[in-house]
Amino acid sequence: MRIACPYCGPRGLEEFLYHGDASVRRPEDGGAVPDQAWTDYVYLRENANGPHRELWYHHAGCHAWLVVTRDLRSHDILGVTAARDEA
Amino acid sequence: MTAHRLPAGGLIDRGRPLGFTFDGKRYQGFAGDTLASALLANDVRLVGRSFKYHRPRGLIAAGVEEPNALVELRSGGYREPNTRATVVELFEGLEARSQNRFPSLKFDLLGVNSLLAPLFAAGFYYKTFMWPASFWEKLYEPAIRRAAGLGRHSRQADPDTYEKSHEFCDVLVIGGGTSGIAAAREAAAAGARVILCDEGFAPLDLPDAANLSVFMRCTVFGVYDGGTYGAVQRLTDHLPASHPSARGGPRQRFMKIVADRSILASGAFERPMVFGYNDLPGIMLAGAVATYVTRYAVAPGTNAVIFLNHDDVVPNVQIMADAGIAITAIVDVRATSSEAVRVLSHRIQAPVFAGAVIDRAHGSTAVSGVDIIDARGTKISVPCDLVAMSGGWNPVLHLTSHLDGKPIWDEAIAAFVPGTLPHGMQVVGAAAGCGINANIQPLWLSGQHPAKSFVDFQNDVTARDLILAKQEGFAAVEHLKRYTTLGMATDQGKTSNVNGLAILATETGKTIPETGTTRFRPPYTPVALGVLAGPHRGKYFKPTRLTPTHDFAVANHATFVEAGLWLRARYFAQGTEDRRAAVFREVDAVRNGVGFCDVTTLGKIDIQGPDSVKFLEFVYANGWNDLAIGRVRYGLMLREDGFVMDDGTCARLGQQHFVMTTTTANAAKVMQHMEFCHQVLAPALDVCFVSVTDQWAQLAIAGPHARRVLQRLVDPPFDLSNDAFPHMAAAVPTICGGIAARLFRLSFSGELGYELAVPARYGNALAAQLMQTGADFNITPYGTEALGVMRIEKGHPAGPELNGQTTAHDLGLARLLSRKKDYVGRALAARPALTDPHRPTLVGLKPCDRRTILRAGSHLLRPEAALTAANDEGFVTSAIVSPTLGYPIALALLANGPARIGETIRVYDPIRNGDVLADIVAPVFHDPAGSRRHA
Repeated sequence: MRIACPYCGPRGLEEFLYHGDASVRRPEDGGAVPDQAWTDYVYLRENANGPHRELWYHHAGCHAWLVVTRDLRSHDILGVTAARDEA
Repeated sequence: MTAHRLPAGGLIDRGRPLGFTFDGKRYQGFAGDTLASALLANDVRLVGRSFKYHRPRGLIAAGVEEPNALVELRSGGYREPNTRATVVELFEGLEARSQNRFPSLKFDLLGVNSLLAPLFAAGFYYKTFMWPASFWEKLYEPAIRRAAGLGRHSRQADPDTYEKSHEFCDVLVIGGGTSGIAAAREAAAAGARVILCDEGFAPLDLPDAANLSVFMRCTVFGVYDGGTYGAVQRLTDHLPASHPSARGGPRQRFMKIVADRSILASGAFERPMVFGYNDLPGIMLAGAVATYVTRYAVAPGTNAVIFLNHDDVVPNVQIMADAGIAITAIVDVRATSSEAVRVLSHRIQAPVFAGAVIDRAHGSTAVSGVDIIDARGTKISVPCDLVAMSGGWNPVLHLTSHLDGKPIWDEAIAAFVPGTLPHGMQVVGAAAGCGINANIQPLWLSGQHPAKSFVDFQNDVTARDLILAKQEGFAAVEHLKRYTTLGMATDQGKTSNVNGLAILATETGKTIPETGTTRFRPPYTPVALGVLAGPHRGKYFKPTRLTPTHDFAVANHATFVEAGLWLRARYFAQGTEDRRAAVFREVDAVRNGVGFCDVTTLGKIDIQGPDSVKFLEFVYANGWNDLAIGRVRYGLMLREDGFVMDDGTCARLGQQHFVMTTTTANAAKVMQHMEFCHQVLAPALDVCFVSVTDQWAQLAIAGPHARRVLQRLVDPPFDLSNDAFPHMAAAVPTICGGIAARLFRLSFSGELGYELAVPARYGNALAAQLMQTGADFNITPYGTEALGVMRIEKGHPAGPELNGQTTAHDLGLARLLSRKKDYVGRALAARPALTDPHRPTLVGLKPCDRRTILRAGSHLLRPEAALTAANDEGFVTSAIVSPTLGYPIALALLANGPARIGETIRVYDPIRNGDVLADIVAPVFHDPAGSRRHA
């Protein structure tokens, strides 16, 4: 598999680390209460049958965190953006 | 003589004879031969014994699909089993041996298995060796392995070397046949960067162009996501060991090829006919016979019967006839033979039996004749020494299904053709089903001898096994494979899958598409594990990081230990000292004099920017707002799930400038986590950070005399006095006359201590300088072992305690958790289960007798409790014999630990016979008041 890093260009899978779902959002209450929203943020993940937005880290490259949209059925990569631009 | 070399023709060099041995006997072939063609030229037709029944087997094919002729090559550590003789290039001195025979190929005692065939029928492993279960390990398994093993491992380390490369191209052409060559020519002419890989060694007719790379002896074995292809090129397998390239160079190269487009031109494999005793040597695929004639100038027999059901065979029969092989009969399955076959038969004067089949073959170690059943049902026996059969062709579509592409059945040619293709792949020629199986009338099972009609030659699976499997309920294709072993082992069903599937379909009364399809996984042909490892084995498996004082440590007789990628000095033995004596001496030096230790491997992260404090507040669980410039603080980092991730220190060097340290083990992980926190969670923060672990050599200088030694190095007017530079102070002085340094007053050992960082290139020089400067205090270099001993004496948590399952509460650090801010892990760290006092919590242990050692991993139980898992209350994490106290101590995680200080606990280690009572104590064994580090 290859990922087109926006900074480094297309690079081999072995340069990247997978992190997980990019669509979860950290609750904004500062973490004062360990409620359901926090549990969901940390533990609850969709197992998408199709395109999935996921976080990858270019650890052997520029250290950028990337949002990769990937079809989990075919492994096709549909888009790559820098995570900092997504937030 | 039956098989023999033809007087002329072929792509062999008759001017270059080559000597080789097979089963110890010497033979001669020519350059350009394969082992298979050279054996045939010497009339060696019996090349192996079959897997289960030890039946005599000969060559069927001329390429990688050969299921029978598996041989062992070379000797010693170079021995390689299960090599197909059809793809082994002959070289001078080649040693080959047949496999799976005892005591010899011609006389195989285990051929008796053939008489026991009913025992070895479908599912025989599951049926025969069921009980008694205790017989498995001692009797059944060793016996099966000895009797049924395919090939023998050398049991020696692989002495060959291998390499890896990455290749990039616009167009990858897989296969150098007619279609592949045409594709490569066109693509190269259009200006594309082209790579052509061909698994063979015959010269290809391709132009010499800068944008066209041709890799011979190169098998593309797998297709991976994103246009990545795996290939193995055999560099020296075809050379004698004495050849200069074979002596120095790598044996094979693993290539990762990245291609925008690929053209699959892999051709087709011929299907055997399934009839009685069709596995006798001398029964071959018609195309293979033609290949032996045209390419190697070898006639595999003198007197042939042809068995066909389509017209592609016609030119191959003409080739045989032209080579002087007498064609005794053409058995055509079709009721009305085609025009092409009739013309052929007339031209070569061979009788055609239309609407006929071969019922069975005769012969003992080679075919001597066949029984034909003609259209009227009459049996006709015909003598022959060669049967050239063709049941049609199967496109070689393996690579099209590696990414889950499903082949589809093409009724018109009675063959599977590629279905959905990997992105960028196009299939051409016979591989796409083009121009094959003209006027075919499929025939899947012929004659009345299913128990001796072989479908899978390599695994000895007969038509009867398939029928039996269906009767016993294993009628799904995936079940069939596992129950009968059809299509397994090195061959993966190249000649058998379609025949097997079709026989199953016939038995179940379904069509072939209804019955299933056959899909393939990489590798297309077997790949040596060595080539996948490439040069990355042994000490080259991973890189080794050396500390900036490595040369100093070597010169001072350090014993080293691996810490992740790092090689760190473990202890510095003097003279005949053993490890324990060295460690005790080093600890004593730090506790009572002065020592120094390389702590460079701790991760160092330089943090700058206006929002540095805000960022630290976010990533650390404790507070940073009030840290003054020139001060250091201990920092605790949690994961978002509330467990401890790492700990370390962070020093404030300026208003917007911090230097963080992490543990050695987690340096990269913390960096990644901080990048995540910044880029994903808090991109608005104006902060930058970079790892400077490799840029600074950092030495811990500890002991009551540490200040006196350091004073001599630090340039004036820097004031090291306790008032000016107290515990947890940080500064950027210069040392030794102007060298930039970072100085932190930190103590991991519990003694008066400093950590001094200088640019990494000064590491060895600084160590040497310390030895000189501190000589009058007998300054002592110490290693990780003494470091670890002293941290246990001080109760500092490290790797065994920061194990990913402990919370701040567990480590006695709950007071650090800030209540005033948002930080990573805050919410879930507050979960009731993570703050439950009954959780195993850090305590110290001392054996009641102050003598018996405690071992890490031992379990803790109440002295009166039964020894059951239910009564387990925790475990020992770190244990040493304390040089300072003079007896064993340990750190442990114990349920409700701090409340139980003063009680006695049983330390139980059933695996190593450990069973001792211990006093539960506070985890700080040495200087609990902490006055020494403030001295």
